[in-house]
Amino acid sequence: MSAILPPSERLWWKHPLDRVEGTWIVIALVWCLIMFAMMVGWHIYGKQNLSTETYKTTPELFMKKAQAVVDKYTVRTETDANIPVIAPPAGSDVYMIARLWNFWPIIEFEKGKSYRLHLTSLDYNHGFSLQPANINIQIVPGYEHVITVTPNQSGTYSVVCNEYCGINHHTMVGRIYVK
Amino acid sequence: MSNTTTYRTCPRSGLQFEAQAEKLMLVNAVVAVVFLLLGGILAIGVVLTRWPAVHWLEADTFYQVLTAHGIDMLIFWIIFFEVAVLYFCSSTLLRCRLATPRFAWLAFALMLVGGIMNNVAVFQGGSSVMMTSYVPMMASPWFYLGLILFAVGALIACFVFLGTLVIAKRDKTYQGSVPLVTFGAIVACIIAVFTITSGAIILIPTFFLSIGLIQHVDPLIYRTIWWAFGHSSQQINVAVHISIWYAIAAIVFNAKPMSERVSRGAFLLYILFLQLASAHHLLADPGVSTAWKVVNTSYFMYFAVLASMIHGLTIPGAIEVAQRQKGYTNGLFEWLRKAPWGNPVFSGMFISLIGFGFLGGISGVMMGTEQLNMIIHNTIYVPGHFHATVVVGTTLSFMALTYFLIPVLFKREMIAPGLARLQPYLFGFSMYFFCLVMMGAGTLGVSRRHWDMAFNGAVQAYEWPGAAYLMMGLVGISGVAAIAGGAIYIYVTVGSLLWGKRLDPGKQSATLTPIPPTPASTVVVQSYGSAGFAAPGTFVLAMVFLVAFVLYYFINWKYLSTVWGLS
Repeated sequence: MSAILPPSERLWWKHPLDRVEGTWIVIALVWCLIMFAMMVGWHIYGKQNLSTETYKTTPELFMKKAQAVVDKYTVRTETDANIPVIAPPAGSDVYMIARLWNFWPIIEFEKGKSYRLHLTSLDYNHGFSLQPANINIQIVPGYEHVITVTPNQSGTYSVVCNEYCGINHHTMVGRIYVK
Repeated sequence: MSNTTTYRTCPRSGLQFEAQAEKLMLVNAVVAVVFLLLGGILAIGVVLTRWPAVHWLEADTFYQVLTAHGIDMLIFWIIFFEVAVLYFCSSTLLRCRLATPRFAWLAFALMLVGGIMNNVAVFQGGSSVMMTSYVPMMASPWFYLGLILFAVGALIACFVFLGTLVIAKRDKTYQGSVPLVTFGAIVACIIAVFTITSGAIILIPTFFLSIGLIQHVDPLIYRTIWWAFGHSSQQINVAVHISIWYAIAAIVFNAKPMSERVSRGAFLLYILFLQLASAHHLLADPGVSTAWKVVNTSYFMYFAVLASMIHGLTIPGAIEVAQRQKGYTNGLFEWLRKAPWGNPVFSGMFISLIGFGFLGGISGVMMGTEQLNMIIHNTIYVPGHFHATVVVGTTLSFMALTYFLIPVLFKREMIAPGLARLQPYLFGFSMYFFCLVMMGAGTLGVSRRHWDMAFNGAVQAYEWPGAAYLMMGLVGISGVAAIAGGAIYIYVTVGSLLWGKRLDPGKQSATLTPIPPTPASTVVVQSYGSAGFAAPGTFVLAMVFLVAFVLYYFINWKYLSTVWGLS
């Protein structure tokens, strides 16, 4: 008579379905299908979909491309570490390096313009956590992830590393300005 | 072999324990509780460091403690206890001897050695790689070897369980189908075999990497396969703790599943679709296609979510039907009001079920939605979610089951029954709050696995909003309360085992008594309840759940629509 005893009828798959269960299964199934459609639909109508454009890369290769962009578009440097601030033109390819324990360089975007942001890590896994917008993307070494970003608000943004990467993980914060 | 063992019939529960199985359940459960104690002590360090006003441990100690806390709780405490549950669901519920007890002891020894080895590696330092141990960050070889030995032991235990099912079938100890709870345990075991195999596929090469035998393990491949182990192991927990909920409903209320077909069908959906969920750890990763993400993270159109929503209805539904048959038929909720809230076996189970559904289930679907994941990935929302599933869901269910097992399996009278009565409420509700404030802080973006939210020493620190600090303070306070609840559980369990009054073990017999055939049910459940519904109160609760789910789902989409455009 209970769940810890064998069922009285030998063929459990022939047990009758209670009405309350049947109703709930239909409601739950409809909701599940709505949620599924929502994910697919957002790819068609939504504006926030994570790109899957990815290339294999190496630290040397990526560093070279990032350096070229920095050489071309640096407008000033900031902090005692003289971190370059780059202001690339809209639509261009921008490279951001994650490594123990900083992001490089600092980037200046223009509001409403789109940029192709390339992300990779030179060592461990890192996290790209854009605050306060709260956009979070994994950065995996060996893989160059290209994301088209369109900032919708101006201000000063921080890029917090939110994948544990060692003892100074908490000091790994980068910056993006949106004008 | 079958002639050398004895069978004990517990006078308090009528359950029949085979001698070898009983010893093995006992040692596995006791070692599980020891790991819970260890994990609980470590939790103090984690909580008091993440509480910004306290910020107790140094960074290196914090990451070490966090690594050990994760592994001791998520792997060692839970899987040791699960092995005990597997033996219970096979040998005890089917009333047969345990298959190959020597292998079961070998499994236990391997798991114990592996568990200790892994802990020693972490506490020696140099292995603070978190539970996930993503390459190329490397731990000491002993770290991986410990996990591998543990996994081999757990795999052997799974096969002992399967062998025991064969023995029960051969010895005809039951007629017809296995009980629903055993069915759930079989599902857990099948998932476990898949899980452990995935773990072996990735941890063995990583072990080779750590001793220099191979030069490279691809970080993205590692993440993909590791999560087939890391997430699927949580799916074992789901199958096990849902089986425990059914078992407790049966033990406390003599509740019969509303429909065996529905409950077992839902378990079968778990086998087919639950594993796909490991994909939702890769939603923010490069290199994985959109179609792959969408199909997998939705557990193939949310069929596994459907299964959980079904269990969430049928378990309280079965209790409601049983209570209504006892005469608690007034209104929608008399059956629930008159439930034995002072019995920690029931209260623990019910607090677990509600928390798992409302907090763990809903938040899990949010994180597992491809686009919504971007506002949640690696924030402290994630531990908020999995403390609702693994602590409120799994751990609290195990605690509730322990209160039943103390007199039945340990043969001891429970010490401090008053404390035990309080425990599920203190632990459960402080965990509810703990999870909620973590999710709150995560919604504001606060990172998980992060030593210092003030970014001390960073060249260009970020200033979190005041609300984030407030939430993290509340995480600290509720975390301490939950740890106190956990301490009561350990005190009651260990204390009962050491000092509890010995109870009559019951009749010993050299032969087993098969389970008598279950009489055909005569009552049609529809004759109770109202409006043709056998369980109207449960249905109302389910609708409340659905409304909360739908609202929160669309609130998150609204939030997502305000962030930067991404394509």
